Amino acid sequence: MSAVTEERTLRRGGVRALYAGNARAVVGRGLQATRSSNWVVVASGFIEPIFYLLSLGVGLGAYIGTVADASGREIPYAAYIAPALLAVSAMNGAIYDSTWNVFFKMNFAKIYEGMLATSLGPLDVALGEILLALFRGAIYGVGFQFVMQLMGLNLSWWAVLAVPAVMLVAFGFASIGMGVTSYFTTFQQMEWIMFVLMPMFMFSATFFPISVYPEPLQWLVMALPLWHGVELIRGLTTGVVGPDALVHVLYYLVMIAIGLYFTTRRLRALFLD
Amino acid sequence: MTVIAASELVKRYGDFAAVDGISFEVAPGESFGLLGPNGAGKSTTMRMVGAVSTRTSGSLTVLGLDPDDYGPEIRSRLGVVPQQDNLDNELRVRENLLTYGRYFGLPRRLVAERADELLQFAQLADRAGAKVDELSGGMKRRLTIARALINDPRILLLDEPTTGLDPQARHILWDRLFRLKEQGTTLLLTTHYMDEAEQLCDRLVVVDHGRIMAEGSPASLIRSYSTREVLEVRFGSDRNADAAAALAGLGDRLEVLPDRVLVYADDGEAALAEVVARGLQPLTSLVRRSSLEDVFLRLTGRSLIE
Repeated sequence: MSAVTEERTLRRGGVRALYAGNARAVVGRGLQATRSSNWVVVASGFIEPIFYLLSLGVGLGAYIGTVADASGREIPYAAYIAPALLAVSAMNGAIYDSTWNVFFKMNFAKIYEGMLATSLGPLDVALGEILLALFRGAIYGVGFQFVMQLMGLNLSWWAVLAVPAVMLVAFGFASIGMGVTSYFTTFQQMEWIMFVLMPMFMFSATFFPISVYPEPLQWLVMALPLWHGVELIRGLTTGVVGPDALVHVLYYLVMIAIGLYFTTRRLRALFLD
Repeated sequence: MTVIAASELVKRYGDFAAVDGISFEVAPGESFGLLGPNGAGKSTTMRMVGAVSTRTSGSLTVLGLDPDDYGPEIRSRLGVVPQQDNLDNELRVRENLLTYGRYFGLPRRLVAERADELLQFAQLADRAGAKVDELSGGMKRRLTIARALINDPRILLLDEPTTGLDPQARHILWDRLFRLKEQGTTLLLTTHYMDEAEQLCDRLVVVDHGRIMAEGSPASLIRSYSTREVLEVRFGSDRNADAAAALAGLGDRLEVLPDRVLVYADDGEAALAEVVARGLQPLTSLVRRSSLEDVFLRLTGRSLIE
């Protein structure tokens, strides 16, 4: 045993070294924990957007009839809001794991402290946790899209690409969610996240086009992440895909990078001082 | 050959020096203690040795490597038992060991084998499938120690291993740690319990305000800094100070505490006879052997546990 140890090449990097290439161990821990945790909580985040789809899309939709999509084509109201709710569903899944769960593990359960006493680095922990949150977001998203398919709300073959798009949206929210949460230390601060999420959900072209707002307000909505997710996915499921889609993708890539950067930085400051 | 060598180790947080020039060396297989009150800088020292905290100045090598260059490498060869249990409550007992082994990048099969051995060692084999919340304080502590051993560490770092445990649980834990010591595991532990230091440490340093006050084996420290016996006499809270005046010159030295007076003398019974001969009538009296508590009191003028 000791002979093996001596022959092994030494892992270089100081106390605050970032990455051991072992994020999968962190993901593995999360999956193991989810297996024995309460799946009812998991299900509730998935069901919420479906209720919105049934009540607003089908119920209110019968009253509204059709709306014009980005290309001016008339589509059923349900087909208009379904992709938005798909983005919301990915967001919900990602946010659930990356905010409250992370907050608890960081401040009370001291899980990250334990992880960082091993050969793991802060980037392993950040990446592992974000991938796990992304995983939940993706499950919600794929499940929701399945429901859309059953209801005939995928209007184009482009909708196949909505699956990776959903993962991108989940990745973005997971990353930024954990980034923000890692700086929060009190419950009051955590409430702010919900305070931002709720109006973003209501007003990001989810249920009606943002052209109803005055222009400054439109710019505000377009600066927020959910709008980009909604537009990206709506373009794919309705089959109206333009160069804008690349801007939305880029927005999410930047969001992922920012979230990872700040999460890693914060974990390092907290646990490897 | 030393496994830990610290020289003039300093850790500052702003203006405050948590560790202020500590030097010590630990030999392989040795059991080394850092003894001191809360806030003495013991945990900070442990964090630097554990390669999770950078030093402000001084030099440090752990297993021959500098943590500034080989942090993760050092961490992969250490076992860490933190002051507060940070077991994973979302996982069951055996899963805690498996998952922790995976953090080190160890193969699943190896980890599974070791987990079963360690559950035996920690006397938790029958609790393998239990939830962590269901364990008693002593069991949690044993699980934390088992977890720290999952990577077959060269050094085990124990920060206040038995703080908060009841006497029986402490004895079980000491027995386990003593076995590790017999197997040749190097132990570095902090404690503010004298009896713990006396039971487990081959050698220790007494730390206060981030500095080393004395170094040696428990027995040699007691020899150098205290008398063989101590007479403890109580006269009632208001009268201890007055009585102390009347006791002047008795034994080697007197210590007046709020609740009692300590008379340091090689022959405690003789000292007690002299107290009575001087016309004093203590409410209670006790003759005992000197302990590290007395060493600490002598070195710092304060009690360890305040």
